[in-house]
Amino acid sequence: MRALAVLKTALTGNYAVAHAVKMARPHVIAAYPITPQTTIVEKLSEFVERGELKASFVNVESEFSALAVVYGAAMAGARSFTATSSHGLFYMYEMLWWAAGSRAPIVMAVVTRTIGPPWNIHDEHNDILAIRDSGWAIAMASSVQEAFDLTVQAFKLAERAYVPVAVGLDGFVLSHTVETVELPPQEVVDKFLPPRNPDLPLRLRPGEPIAMGNLPSDDRIHAEHLKNIYKAHQEAKKLVKEIDSEYGELTGREYGGLVERFELEGAKYAVICMGAWCGDAKEAVKSLRREGVPVGLMRLRFVRPFPDEEVEALSDLDKVVVFDRDITPAGGILGREVASVLGRDKVVNVVAGLAGVDFKAEEFRKAVKHAIEGEERLMLL
Amino acid sequence: MSVRIDLLPKKKYVMPGNSACAGCGMMIGLKILGMALGEEAVLSIPASCASVVQGLGPKSGIAMPILNVPFASAASVATGISEAFKQLGVNGKAVVWAGDGGTADIGFAAVSAAAERNSDVLYIMYDNEAYMNTGIQRSSETPKGAWTTTTPTGKREAKKDVALILLAHGVPYVATASIAYPQDLYRKIKRASEIRGFKFIHLFAPCPPGWLFDPSLTVEVARKAVETGAFILWEYDNGEFKLNPPSSSLVDKKRRKPLTEYLKLQGRFAHLTEEQIRQMEEEIDHKWEFLLKFAQAASRR
Amino acid sequence: MGLALVPVSRPAPGSGGLTGTWRTLRPVVNLDKCIDCGICWLYCPESVIDWEKGQKIKIDYTYCKGCGICAHECPTKAIEMIPEAGL
Ligand SMILES: Cc1ncc(C[n+]2csc(CCOP(=O)(O)OP(=O)(O)O)c2C)c(N)n1
Ligand code: SF4
Ligand code: SF4
Ligand code: SF4
Ligand SMILES: [Mg+2]
Repeated sequence: MRALAVLKTALTGNYAVAHAVKMARPHVIAAYPITPQTTIVEKLSEFVERGELKASFVNVESEFSALAVVYGAAMAGARSFTATSSHGLFYMYEMLWWAAGSRAPIVMAVVTRTIGPPWNIHDEHNDILAIRDSGWAIAMASSVQEAFDLTVQAFKLAERAYVPVAVGLDGFVLSHTVETVELPPQEVVDKFLPPRNPDLPLRLRPGEPIAMGNLPSDDRIHAEHLKNIYKAHQEAKKLVKEIDSEYGELTGREYGGLVERFELEGAKYAVICMGAWCGDAKEAVKSLRREGVPVGLMRLRFVRPFPDEEVEALSDLDKVVVFDRDITPAGGILGREVASVLGRDKVVNVVAGLAGVDFKAEEFRKAVKHAIEGEERLMLL
Repeated sequence: MSVRIDLLPKKKYVMPGNSACAGCGMMIGLKILGMALGEEAVLSIPASCASVVQGLGPKSGIAMPILNVPFASAASVATGISEAFKQLGVNGKAVVWAGDGGTADIGFAAVSAAAERNSDVLYIMYDNEAYMNTGIQRSSETPKGAWTTTTPTGKREAKKDVALILLAHGVPYVATASIAYPQDLYRKIKRASEIRGFKFIHLFAPCPPGWLFDPSLTVEVARKAVETGAFILWEYDNGEFKLNPPSSSLVDKKRRKPLTEYLKLQGRFAHLTEEQIRQMEEEIDHKWEFLLKFAQAASRR
Repeated sequence: MGLALVPVSRPAPGSGGLTGTWRTLRPVVNLDKCIDCGICWLYCPESVIDWEKGQKIKIDYTYCKGCGICAHECPTKAIEMIPEAGL
């Protein structure tokens, strides 16, 4: 298959996502503008307008409606896509849960951005992480290429696990940065991503009276349904790996499933991080290795389903330094998630890069060193 | 014009033994929707009495395909369904069945957007003039003077005329209807479903426990609303506005029944003074004048 | 109809229980007075009245909620609401 014409081209992260969506052949797209997401849907509306993509592009009055439109479309059997950021994502909140609770196979790009006040459009991960309990699968790219690849894969995951999938990419750092990407031939994407089954999660067709969402006669029906969503996420762990391998065979790019492992061989310490800044973190790891510090890195490609087993495999290490580009009143989100697997004693949580503040390789290097040598559990940088 | 009663479909689209209160006006409307469009419609129903009356799963009290959806989302969800059907080549009509709160209040932005886009959706707002599901709180459709649990001495503000607002969006079809005139409603639903684009029907649907009247009077109350001129039956169809019977013969206010005949049936108006009733009558006159002028301006013929 | 991944409901009578037990008044039809107009059938909010022109109406008391709309709307007053307790 690889012999087919692969197109190498330079694209921003947002345009890469738009191209991925186009190649996935969705039926319905709806979105509402918000920086830094906007150029994804601008591009998609252009594709539709020019006839390069046969889909309905629905202009809506809010993000809540954007998700409601693609939700209705997905429940009626269509492949559907939306995209948002930050305040837009929060404006969707009720629909996010309803979509996940309906097992709607929607794909949504989340271009990460800080949350106000003050108004600030720069990068931070609080937005995408805030939906982690809603039932959505949540992935996070670390390069423009991966933003493309993850978006294509997300449709497959959504349509096999019946879990909506959010694909994150860092605002500006990826969304507006041009990198060289390989676009697989359409035939390859078509082979990887066959048309979806329009009859699941349910068959919504005129003349076939079936109702979803009325009150249950027994709350245990609802309770079972909630547990089934948990189970679907456990199942999705396997699916993510399978899908990653299958995609790898077709395109030559396999990432490692729920996580990417880097220099973990013989490591006594590990860095855990997520998103674009993992590139800088890797630089720091290389540099520390050169200094003789036995450190490796695990990059979270997914936070839902959470890679519990992969993180647990780090339990023999002396320390795990978890970087959070987010903050909550209880510390960093990923720090606490990792500590829930490895125990608090193992984990040093570094909160950095908030509100888009630069945090580069050298800062990573210093922070990791400090974390390894010191006694702190939480470093607010 | 109006379909003969014995020619209406006999299939039951409202199932006996559902969870609606005895005498629920909305259920009469749902029955008619089923008769008119039961085999073609896919319903989006937002949080409301309409979500509750379906009864308890795995049974459903409404024999049509239904997606129950969040309170403010129905117009947008139906847009998505309609676009999906278009792309997938499915023959079906996306229909919203929503309350006045879900339409005129919390869902209004989405309704307005769907209308402005002219999305191919038939939107039916059944109007029981308050938030009944949560226990009779006022909505923007509660009429002035009416008691609700959040307007304990009577609502001070006027009812919002959603149908006229929708008409101002320039959509191809807007109508008002009443459960007292089922054949008129049936015809309007049928007509609306023939039209591509956004269609809006404002359906007057009295609620015995919410309006404080005996459940045997549901149709009577709805009829009196029309006969007194408090609720006006009209239809705007691709540029042409017309009043429908019996409202069409009530332009001259002398032909309307006294407003008290409508008000006195309902406990929610029991506290009104004569002066307040006189004021209400004046406001109804004004509403007629405004509607007719507006209609004239809106009509392309 | 196929399987679904979410709890779904299908039309069936009694989704709200045996709603006939809600009734305090029972609609009783005097078929002699009935002119077979179908108005009660049209307005009954519960769909518990069966009617085909030529075959007079029949009420399903398992689910009839006793609202009395049929009796109120019947043009010949062929339906009378009688207290259940008195039956
Ligand atoms: C976002 C949200 N806010 C509040 C509610 C609670 N709620 C459910 S139905 C309802 C009122 C519905 O009123 P209306 O649309 O007029 O329908 P009705 O119940 O009167 O038939 C409210 C406030 C909700 N379900 N969702
Ligand atoms: S409260 Fe009113 S609208 Fe709601 S089910 Fe009861 S009668 Fe119908
Ligand atoms: S309304 Fe009265 S007359 Fe007409 S069918 Fe019913 S019982 Fe008979
Ligand atoms: S009393 Fe009400 S529910 Fe019973 S048959 Fe008459 S109209 Fe129907
Ligand atoms: Mg209401």
